[in-house]
Amino acid sequence: MVGATQPTGPEAVAHREWRRHTPQQRWGRFAGLAGAVIVTVWALSTIDVVWPWVWDAPRQIGDLFARMVPPDTTRWRDILAALIETLNIATIATAFAVVLSLPIALISAQNTTPNRATLWLGRFILVSSRSVNTIIWALLFVAVFGPGVLAGILAIAFRSLGFLGKLMGEAIEEIDRAPIEALVASGATRGKVLLYGVVPQVMPTFFAVAILRWDINLRESTVLGLVGAGGIGIILQGAIDTFAWPTVASILLAIIALVVAGEIVAASLRRRVI
Amino acid sequence: MSTAAAPRTWRKPPFIANPLLRWGLVVLGIVYLWWAFSTLPLDWQRIEDGLQRAVQIFGGAFPPSFERYNLLITGFLESIQIAILATLLGVGLSVPIAFMAARNLAPVPVYGLGRAIIIVSRSFHPIIVAILFVKAVGFGPVAGVLTLTLYSIGFVAKMLAERIEEIDWGQVEAVRASGSSGASTLLYAVIPQIMPRQIGLSIYQLDSNLRASAVVGIVGAGGIGSTLTNAFGRYDYDFALAITLCIIAVILVSEAVSGRIRRNLW
Repeated sequence: MVGATQPTGPEAVAHREWRRHTPQQRWGRFAGLAGAVIVTVWALSTIDVVWPWVWDAPRQIGDLFARMVPPDTTRWRDILAALIETLNIATIATAFAVVLSLPIALISAQNTTPNRATLWLGRFILVSSRSVNTIIWALLFVAVFGPGVLAGILAIAFRSLGFLGKLMGEAIEEIDRAPIEALVASGATRGKVLLYGVVPQVMPTFFAVAILRWDINLRESTVLGLVGAGGIGIILQGAIDTFAWPTVASILLAIIALVVAGEIVAASLRRRVI
Repeated sequence: MSTAAAPRTWRKPPFIANPLLRWGLVVLGIVYLWWAFSTLPLDWQRIEDGLQRAVQIFGGAFPPSFERYNLLITGFLESIQIAILATLLGVGLSVPIAFMAARNLAPVPVYGLGRAIIIVSRSFHPIIVAILFVKAVGFGPVAGVLTLTLYSIGFVAKMLAERIEEIDWGQVEAVRASGSSGASTLLYAVIPQIMPRQIGLSIYQLDSNLRASAVVGIVGAGGIGSTLTNAFGRYDYDFALAITLCIIAVILVSEAVSGRIRRNLW
């Protein structure tokens, strides 16, 4: 860019100085930076914090980790049972949500929805399911059904519904129109158009999205227990509350193992199916 | 559909060609689901009671009560503060970690360390991290800021490292050929290439942290989540519903704003 002050006339070319930004860009960047600084100062000066705790934090955290070594593996039976329960919660909830999300995806896709009312109903279900976090769903279901696996399954299924329905609905909206027209022209009924025109086209997305959500659900179901909704979180909470830090460490390691294993399974399934 | 009388009727080809594998998978799935359901301690009496309780809760929740809006606003301001500070810290820390975890810039031991930091901060759900931090540094926003900082590092450093691995190497060579040091090579050849991505990621992470701060508050890490659990614990279901509605509204607005900024940026 050309500098702000420069001689005019034919020498101008020789006196040009390279600058990376125009003055306007430069001021815009200054304004952005100033805005960020102001916001940070506001946040730092008004946040309700006990500063001595902050300065003490590194020592406290170090202390916590020091108490976790060596991990205590004597309760491995309980941990294994809880891991299986976590896996079951994630899988059942995903299966449930997949089945329920199909009709919702159909009515919330613009090209397959019967009419405007169903379109908005579908969108409403998707948005309300997606904008409430799994843990908040879990709080609600624990209050309703009491602590336990059922609350966890319902929480995960309700949150997954929006995710699966939204992605499936988008896939349905993006399908190729030609096969549908061909089927309609050959006199297929509405159900057959869906079965032979829409379903084969969205099948790969369907599997990809379901596997992705299963992977996410596995992670989420490790924390459900912290609000009482079943899974490994329950024994984690119990160990934390009794300050059994070595047990906490082995539970955390077990969670890492579960999550990594889930990721590997999901990746290999994805490669095989798609 | 196809019978002996009409042998040439078309049938949909099955999704899995091998019939043994196909039926094997179906049977396996059914057996697994049956077994998994049988291990669940389902108590129908409790479910029946629960449905009544649900009616009670929803009855108590309507209409949502915005009477204590002061508490609501304080909670949200704290959530925003937590999100801003955590984004700043997390993004600031994730830049060096991303450089460490980029295969094309870092030597192998440094690369391993960088990747290890990213994997560890990614594998735990923020709620677990929040509980540990609440135990270590006490209730309140500090635990929230620390949790979300770690959460930001896991995402931003990973995405940024991938972007660094994709840079155009020609510019690095050109700057090096002109005799610049390692630091100015980074500054003039690498950073300009990753800057747009970095800004987009920071804005996305601010939005994401705001969403997550509503959740980590539930285990005591400050912000609107703490207000929500308190309302829930006191059976103030009408206030809890008001908070939930506000969280949904704020999330939708912040998602729209951040999406808009990022669209203009890229």
